[in-house]
Amino acid sequence: MSAPDFQLKGSTVTVVVLELHRYAPEEFSAQLEARIRQAPQLFEGSPVVISLESLDVDHPEVDFEALLTQCRALELRPIAFRALPPRFSAAAAATGLAVLPPGTARGRNIPSREAAPAAAEPEPAVELHTESSPQRPGSRPTRTITRPVRSGQQIYAEGGDLIVLAQVSEGAEVLADGNIHIYGALRGRALAGVHGDASARIFCQNMDAELISVAGHFLLSDALTESVHRKPAQVALQGDVLNVSAL
Amino acid sequence: MAKIIVVTSGKGGVGKTTSSAAIGTGLAQRGHSTIIIDFDVGLRNLDLIMGCERRVVYDFVNVINEEATLNQAMIKDKRTDNLYILPASQTRDKDALTEESVAKVLEELKERFEYIICDSPAGIEKGAQMALLFADEAIVVTNPEVSSVRDSDRILGILQSKSLRAREGQEPVKEHLLITRYNPARVNAGEMLSVADVEDILAIPLLGVIPESQDVLKASNQGEPVILNSEAAAGQAYSDAVERLLGKAVEHRFVDEERPGFFKRLLGGRA
Repeated sequence: MSAPDFQLKGSTVTVVVLELHRYAPEEFSAQLEARIRQAPQLFEGSPVVISLESLDVDHPEVDFEALLTQCRALELRPIAFRALPPRFSAAAAATGLAVLPPGTARGRNIPSREAAPAAAEPEPAVELHTESSPQRPGSRPTRTITRPVRSGQQIYAEGGDLIVLAQVSEGAEVLADGNIHIYGALRGRALAGVHGDASARIFCQNMDAELISVAGHFLLSDALTESVHRKPAQVALQGDVLNVSAL
Repeated sequence: MAKIIVVTSGKGGVGKTTSSAAIGTGLAQRGHSTIIIDFDVGLRNLDLIMGCERRVVYDFVNVINEEATLNQAMIKDKRTDNLYILPASQTRDKDALTEESVAKVLEELKERFEYIICDSPAGIEKGAQMALLFADEAIVVTNPEVSSVRDSDRILGILQSKSLRAREGQEPVKEHLLITRYNPARVNAGEMLSVADVEDILAIPLLGVIPESQDVLKASNQGEPVILNSEAAAGQAYSDAVERLLGKAVEHRFVDEERPGFFKRLLGGRA
């Protein structure tokens, strides 16, 4: 049997959601253009989901074709409607776009550059925010290493957590902006929260580190007590003191 | 399909060349056509260990520079069939080796041999990296002491980041641990790391444990690979290692302290 030409996979992407509160064609274009002008690179060619969740219940019929044309004219690429009221389904289906159920995840507002004057203005008819549905808000990328980290190697998980499924050898260094989890022996150096995250922690199966550090506070191997040495342990910052405790 | 095996260690003087000679000879003895290449350009040693130093006319660098053909440079071993040696140059340095030229020579050798053993120089610089670049498998030679083990760990990291297999995202280089100069009595006395300690630190499969022995030095000085001495414990240990390299399960010997027999104790003889 020959290999298939394709594979179907589930995936999650972060998209811009355009949450429509009201639709008045002239105002819409003007407001959207003003909003996009604040960060043109962010929106250019960007896929957009049009959400009708916060549209007034008794809002008159929306001309979807006109709405899409206006979006496309401003370089947005509408891909779907979300939370479509049943009375609009026929009109929306005619546009050929996908229809998604109401979102469950909380979106993150794209900050407006002119926050103060915007607050004084009447509520804008359009709100843009990015959203990545199954991920929890604020979740960060995790780097996973499956092979031993050898002497002389340095692994850095930028902006997130680091998971090492093997050992970290003497003379090796692992760093992360977030937490570090090591499911083997830690014999080298581990530095968590290297950009100052004091809540970051280090977890390992076998604590035999040369140096451990959280947010710049560090301990050397001779500071490790008998109760944690070569045992499962975690490292956390409490105030200004780095605490190593058995797991 | 020809297999390229690098014998490497990071640290010098741990027995890379001795092991290359023994394992290459062992593979040839078992009917596999084998060539051992000395990558230690400038510090040629393999020819001495193999006892063919007087027959070196052309060398690896001559072949690289196309001043000689492979056939002219390869030396056929006189004791073992199927075995050839490609000596290093004593008068050049490691800069004589370039990636393209080494690749070209290895491609040619792959057509003719089943096993290509690359005897790496010490260190982690260009010479050592060139020796491991094209490897399919690696034999990491380690003495049971902390600095050798740490250097081996370093070279393992380089194998997994700088080899062609790593660079092209292929299946990683297969790693084997070979512990040499092992002395169970000194391990029991707490003067040496045990096999278990070394395995724990390096976390790669154990290919063999070669006992510390006068026979190894004697064999080197006589230019006869120690594996040819089937009476010697070290020779037997290398034979076992070759069997394991070929995929056979052989129990590890020479790992525990030998209790002197009654007559030996009576006569005060030494093992």
